Amino acid sequence: MAQVLVLVDHVDGAVRKTTSELLTLAARLGEPAAVFVGNGYENAAGALAEFGATAVYTVDAAVNDYLVLAKAEALAAVVEAAGGASALAAVLIPSSAEGKEVAARLALKLDSGLITDAIDVRAGDGGGVATTQAAFAGGFAVDATVTKGLPVVTVKPNAVEPQPVAGGSVPEATAVAVELSDLAKAVKVVERKAKAKSGRPDLTEAAIVVSGGRGTNGDFSKVEAFADSLGAAVGASRAAVDSGWYPHSNQVGQTGKQVSPQLYVACGISGAIQHRAGMQTSKTIVAINKDPEAPIFELADFGVVGDLFAVLPQATDEVTKRKG
Amino acid sequence: MKIVVCVKHVPDAQGDRRFAGDGTVDRAGVDGLLSELDEYAVEEALKLSEANDGSTVTVVTVGPDGASDAVRKSLQMGADAGVHVVDDALHGSDAFATSLVLAKAIATLEYDVVITGMASTDAGMSVVPALVADRLGLPQVTFAGSLSIEGDGPGAKVVIERDGDAFTEVVESALPALVSVTDQINEPRYPSFKGIMAAKKKPVTTLSLADLGVSADEVGLGAAWTSVAGVTQRPPRAAGTVVTDEGDGGAKLVEFLAGAKLV
Repeated sequence: MAQVLVLVDHVDGAVRKTTSELLTLAARLGEPAAVFVGNGYENAAGALAEFGATAVYTVDAAVNDYLVLAKAEALAAVVEAAGGASALAAVLIPSSAEGKEVAARLALKLDSGLITDAIDVRAGDGGGVATTQAAFAGGFAVDATVTKGLPVVTVKPNAVEPQPVAGGSVPEATAVAVELSDLAKAVKVVERKAKAKSGRPDLTEAAIVVSGGRGTNGDFSKVEAFADSLGAAVGASRAAVDSGWYPHSNQVGQTGKQVSPQLYVACGISGAIQHRAGMQTSKTIVAINKDPEAPIFELADFGVVGDLFAVLPQATDEVTKRKG
Repeated sequence: MKIVVCVKHVPDAQGDRRFAGDGTVDRAGVDGLLSELDEYAVEEALKLSEANDGSTVTVVTVGPDGASDAVRKSLQMGADAGVHVVDDALHGSDAFATSLVLAKAIATLEYDVVITGMASTDAGMSVVPALVADRLGLPQVTFAGSLSIEGDGPGAKVVIERDGDAFTEVVESALPALVSVTDQINEPRYPSFKGIMAAKKKPVTTLSLADLGVSADEVGLGAAWTSVAGVTQRPPRAAGTVVTDEGDGGAKLVEFLAGAKLV
């Protein structure tokens, strides 16, 4: 079977959940082969094997000193090392801002079709790769196929439940040398400022997200307490982020993160289109808002018209009691 | 400093957005406007222009006749000139074709920096800036949450901050370069009455594919490297239960979660 390249998303070898999801999807299309760029492969090898990687290509960490194009050139070199575009079934890349840009430049280099933000990937009826994307704030589902070259697909988090593969053994890594172009080396990452860790799950990967908006008036303590009782990630609406109440990296919406958790709890969020674009594909939606006319209630499976400062503490106590 | 800004005319997200019968975004039957995220690109260009005497800001768009509205809005905000590539053969163009046409149009201009938004608000792939940089052979400096130009002349460089999940990256490159900016970078201005009046006298060049030396079979739906097999409108979410808090709202909420096996 042809190999499917999966770009591993990791920090120093700590593999993110999206990678296990991509490996699971890759197995539907061919032999999952992981592409690991950077340091710490020895920490990642076990997780890659557990989710079915049958081959691994490693690329030197120097690639990470530059933005986007360097990674696209690295992937192109791996495609060559793996036998060329025609020998492969697909390339799967996480749908982050960087992932999409890397995918686009790789696709252009390979003269190949590109699908971004897929929420499902499967083998096409007549061979090839079939995908589903959500469009217009999740109001439409678009089924599309790649008709030219090696399909390059970026996949959103939570597209599939990761499936561990029994008896997976750690594959031997093939180191691939990359000769970066001058253009790639023209864009230098001169500093990486690490962000403070919240200790909560990653927003895009979390099974439950509790978000706060304008209705918090800047006080996220009740939102955070409820999130912690559920083991959830904390999100924020654009209004809350623009007011400086919560970091931009927690923004849910069109210009922030697009999340698709099992449960989304919107607290004091009206539900403007820009916010809906980031959460409308959540499986179950719960809303708390003082305004019974808030558009968020049109989406909610369960809504409470009320003050979040009264409703959330009671709900937090109730969850703690049940888990107690 | 010569600044070029790429802008897009998109269906209004507040309106009823839909797909046409051929799987493309319906642009004819709906109200359109300058993509909100492009306003940040125009604003950043104007700020650079105001800080550097003798600068010009030229906006470039690719799209049907109505797309000239996006150019006009940019001119009203303060841009100096516009270029609008319009051609029937462009209908259904994907990101690759759009980036090709944008790059060809930009290549007719002088530039030190090309600025774009972070994504369109319709298709929203976020890849056109990377592809335009590729086509023009320019350094790609994208998703800038802040931007500064250091030095001037041949040694000038652009420095940005790019906000990621685990890190904020500081990225630098020599000029000329392509920069995309996020909605965190500035607060776009509203056109003033004076700006609206002045825009009427500003030059807008209309170009066809032939003017750019692009052949019709390189663009449009037929040239797309992907094919839409079907578009399904999601059924509206079934109406849920809404209760009014009478001192038991939190308990009822958790009861619902327990019933759905979510706690």
